[in-house]
Amino acid sequence: MLKIILNPEFLHLILAAVAVMAFVAANGLVLVYMERKIAGHIQRRPGPYEVGWHGILQPIVDAGKLIGKQLFTPDGADGLLYWLAPIVSFVWVLPLFIPIPFGPKLIAYNMDLGIVLILAFAGVNLLALCMAGWGSNNKWSLLGAARAVAQSVAYEIPLLLSIVAVAFTSGSLSLGTAVQQQGGWPWQWNIMVQPLAFLIYFICALAETNRAPFDLPEAESELTAGFHTEYSGMTFGLFFLAEYANMIVVCAVATALFLGGWQGPVFPGVWWFLAKMYILLFIMIWLRWTYPRVRFDQLLNINWKWLLPLSLANLVMTALLTKLF
Amino acid sequence: MKHILSQEQICGDFYSRRFEENREEETLILNMGPQHPSTHGVLRVILSLDGEYIMRAEPVLGYLHRMHEAMAEHRTYLTYLPNMGRVDYLHAVAWNWAYVGAVERLGGIEVPTRAEYIRVITCELNRISSHLLWWGAYLLDLGAFTPIMYAFDDRELILDILQSVSGSRLTYSFLRPGGVAFDLPDAFLEEVRAFIPHLRSRLPMYKALVTDNTIMRHRCEQVGDLPLEMCQRYGATGPVVRGSGMAYDVRKAEPYGVYPQLDFQIPVESTCDAMGRYLVRMAELEQSLRILEQAVEAIPAGDCLVKGAPKPRWKAPAGESYFAVEGARGKIGVHLVSDGSATPYRCKLRAPGFSNLSLFAELAQGTLLSDAVSILGSLDLVIPEIDR
Amino acid sequence: MKEYLKQIKNLWSLIVGLSITGDNLFRRTVTVHYPRRQVDNLASFRGPIELLPSAKDPDIPKCITCMMCMSTCPSGCITVVKQKVPKATPEEEQAMAEVEARGEKVKKHTAPKNPARFIYDFSLCSLCGLCVEVCPVNSIGFSSDVYMVVRQRSELKLDLLARLSAKTRTEGKMKEVA
Repeated sequence: MLKIILNPEFLHLILAAVAVMAFVAANGLVLVYMERKIAGHIQRRPGPYEVGWHGILQPIVDAGKLIGKQLFTPDGADGLLYWLAPIVSFVWVLPLFIPIPFGPKLIAYNMDLGIVLILAFAGVNLLALCMAGWGSNNKWSLLGAARAVAQSVAYEIPLLLSIVAVAFTSGSLSLGTAVQQQGGWPWQWNIMVQPLAFLIYFICALAETNRAPFDLPEAESELTAGFHTEYSGMTFGLFFLAEYANMIVVCAVATALFLGGWQGPVFPGVWWFLAKMYILLFIMIWLRWTYPRVRFDQLLNINWKWLLPLSLANLVMTALLTKLF
Repeated sequence: MKHILSQEQICGDFYSRRFEENREEETLILNMGPQHPSTHGVLRVILSLDGEYIMRAEPVLGYLHRMHEAMAEHRTYLTYLPNMGRVDYLHAVAWNWAYVGAVERLGGIEVPTRAEYIRVITCELNRISSHLLWWGAYLLDLGAFTPIMYAFDDRELILDILQSVSGSRLTYSFLRPGGVAFDLPDAFLEEVRAFIPHLRSRLPMYKALVTDNTIMRHRCEQVGDLPLEMCQRYGATGPVVRGSGMAYDVRKAEPYGVYPQLDFQIPVESTCDAMGRYLVRMAELEQSLRILEQAVEAIPAGDCLVKGAPKPRWKAPAGESYFAVEGARGKIGVHLVSDGSATPYRCKLRAPGFSNLSLFAELAQGTLLSDAVSILGSLDLVIPEIDR
Repeated sequence: MKEYLKQIKNLWSLIVGLSITGDNLFRRTVTVHYPRRQVDNLASFRGPIELLPSAKDPDIPKCITCMMCMSTCPSGCITVVKQKVPKATPEEEQAMAEVEARGEKVKKHTAPKNPARFIYDFSLCSLCGLCVEVCPVNSIGFSSDVYMVVRQRSELKLDLLARLSAKTRTEGKMKEVA
């Protein structure tokens, strides 16, 4: 027993798990503040301002407020599903950080099939949405959950295909290898080799994380908050954190696969990784506050009529070119 | 322990039960309830959904009924005026004008020309502010959170201008039978003259950010197809009917005030969908600016209230009168019946939103839920006016 | 095929939209950041009504207790109470009896014109301005007190005579300082 615990790799994994949770929590706070500030300034207003210098302590106070709220079960809600949904939603996001290479040595566990792990675990978020929608005993939540199912299932396919195209060029399904194959300068990144794949990946990432313009499952003005209508307090906080954690995961994967990961001149790798990740997050936030929502059937149309054929074509081209050269 | 719910408890109230009676198979009955982020005000729509498609829709009114018409029978002609601002607070000056015009017709009261020009200027400014708010709120329903902030930025300028003359920012009780309550302050005309080019410079930004946006176009084009004969059956007026091809505007059809002397056009679109109604309202912004330009140059000096205007206890001559104006939402009408005393015998308010909303039940059949939200937004409903 | 090309062309509008919001991101905010700054156009705003002081004694309003405002108000939020006729002291009564005995006209005490109480329920007021218009002596005006904050509804029943006295006192103090 002691040998298992003192095994260096096992310790490394435990340490990494704790570090990941801390990272997610810290980044969640930063992202909440960033989103509200950017939203405010796009709308020509200050955003959070009073709490701390320019509102920098606002997320902490928000978290305190969410924790302090009353936790209750709606009348007629399925107790097990209702309470399990936010927990599943949040806890299942944490393993997604394991194969991501934050720096040359900063990787929780260098797996050969890192991409497969991420894609597999990302699908469980869908299960959490279903549980939330059904267990709330609310027709609006049900509609939100139904939309979420169709949307997530549909957009996983072009996501997969675009990632596989990159895997073809880099020759392995491991994120660490994909980063090592790229260089520090922008012309050495994978985005130069696979621009279409990056675009498709980004759009699918927006849809998978339910961010605008694809935020139908939680459409505030249509479905009164969709699948998380009946949640308040820390349960809502968990959904919220899970959404931000998902955003971080997809941006981190995009950075690793397309933007050169931790490669970069002068500064240590982890800062470059974080910088690139935050630029992508900024773009996601920017998109949310600019565009109206896409209608549900148009959303599925975009996927089946545009993204899927394009990603297939991209994959076939990549395969041909890789074989020939 | 699970409770056993009675049939009454499951079906809810009277309207839900009536809706349940002719229910199709495999449909979901949903209350787009009185509290909902995108029904503008307290509107309840009972929907029968098959998946995402609406099989039947029925608006249930009355959640905001404040008995304005009954209040008229207990107020004098002058003290009833503040009520008119509250009926539709977004275009309060038009409702004021309709009522004051009806009183003037009843009593044979003249209005000085300067007062007429002041009425036109304030009414058009109010129309612009109403359309700006509609634009922002419509996009909020569609999921874009920024245009409403940009619209409110421009709207604040209008509200400041109207505050300087009337003292209120939203519910103006600014008109009186026989003219207007206050004369214009010195800086007013200059402020309006400065405002017109400012808004004109913002309109291209609105067009680039929203009107041309392909996502928004896909949400509005071919959504809510409203043929002209359906408009005529339900008595719809305003941008709703002008978006379906008919050029009916009360300012041209039954002219009042100094509108015959002002040169402006009526924007008409014949696409009959939500995009048509949207484009009509955006074009009306430009036409209102044209009217303002002309009115600001042509306004004469003179009285703002006729001598011998009705005092608080004024008794109207017995009779009836009807006066209609073009509001931001359509044709606003006030029908006054007087029996010779100081309070009206009957005051009937014709709200354009009521006729516009009544076609929703037929229009929403077979549409998606998101489309229903888009249609409701394009009809530009203000529920206080519908429920009065 | 044309349809597809048109759809791709329409995607340019998305980039245009992004550029507009991105441009707005770096501009200054247009809000007035209360309480660090305040709006500057309150003078024309119709705030809660106040009594205007008479020329002779700034503590006393111009009001002549005609009750026109009370009867005109559509919301019934004004309550005006007349002052009672002051009772005559025994010396004055004796003097009046003497005058009456002489056969001259007796000058009886009359109530002062200004009101005893002037209660204004701001929670009912709709700021229509009819009371301001019908007052024959222009004794009512709008204040610019937009920052009124209360914790209970009963605190909105304002005693306008007390507010007038308080205002006169503060203005007097400011004059002294200046």
